[in-house]
Amino acid sequence: MPNAHDLLFRTLADPTRRALFERLCRNGEQTVGALTAQAGISQPAVSKHLGVLKRAGLVRDRHEGRQTHYSAQLGALAPLIDWTSQMAGFWQNRFDHLDDLLKRMDQ
Amino acid sequence: MTNQAAEVLSVVVEREFDHPPEKLWRALTQPHLIEEWLMKNDFKAAVGHSFNLRGDWGGVLDCEVLAVEPNRTLSYSWNHAHDDAAYNLKSVVTFTLTPTGKGTHLRMEQSGFRPDQKQAHGGARAGWPQFFDKLGQVLERPAQGS
Repeated sequence: MPNAHDLLFRTLADPTRRALFERLCRNGEQTVGALTAQAGISQPAVSKHLGVLKRAGLVRDRHEGRQTHYSAQLGALAPLIDWTSQMAGFWQNRFDHLDDLLKRMDQ
Repeated sequence: MTNQAAEVLSVVVEREFDHPPEKLWRALTQPHLIEEWLMKNDFKAAVGHSFNLRGDWGGVLDCEVLAVEPNRTLSYSWNHAHDDAAYNLKSVVTFTLTPTGKGTHLRMEQSGFRPDQKQAHGGARAGWPQFFDKLGQVLERPAQGS
């Protein structure tokens, strides 16, 4: 079973896929047709990218008649945000310590 | 589609300190001072110098000085080797100092984490809480005169 981080990073590393995901984040739920109209690539190519995003848990699809609607699943980004925020937290704490040190140092 | 799937990630932390760049530079480059706020080390401000950062929790980071511009820029690699390649961590830490009206703006960027180092992410996640516990104890201690 692929590691969640691995899958997430690989999926978002592709600029076309990232653009599709960002569009869904900004504009909410959209059909494959609407996404294709803005993507500048063929509908099969858009569908393929959406399939990859779906497998990574980044989008959800909903069928309505002959249309498939896609929406972003922001919760899937949690592992990424979690990790980077922890690294940032590490350095914020180190900077607190650095500030203490500077106050103790001679000019 | 591309082998470049391994995208570089970075973490940026910035802060303004009420101290001049020269003083901050000493804290970033003198081993006994680095130890006070970061980790035990055998650092030297010379490009190409290899050194270790040793954490209280037992972790050892392999580092190499990449750039030294006194009072302005300091950059070194921040790597953690592991028998299992999946745990390897390779990154670069860059400090940038900018003088401000009343002190120095310090920017730290750590970059280079790649998706194929999935385990290293997990390792970091597991390791930091311990680090924070230790750090909390150190921060609690009263400030000592130098």
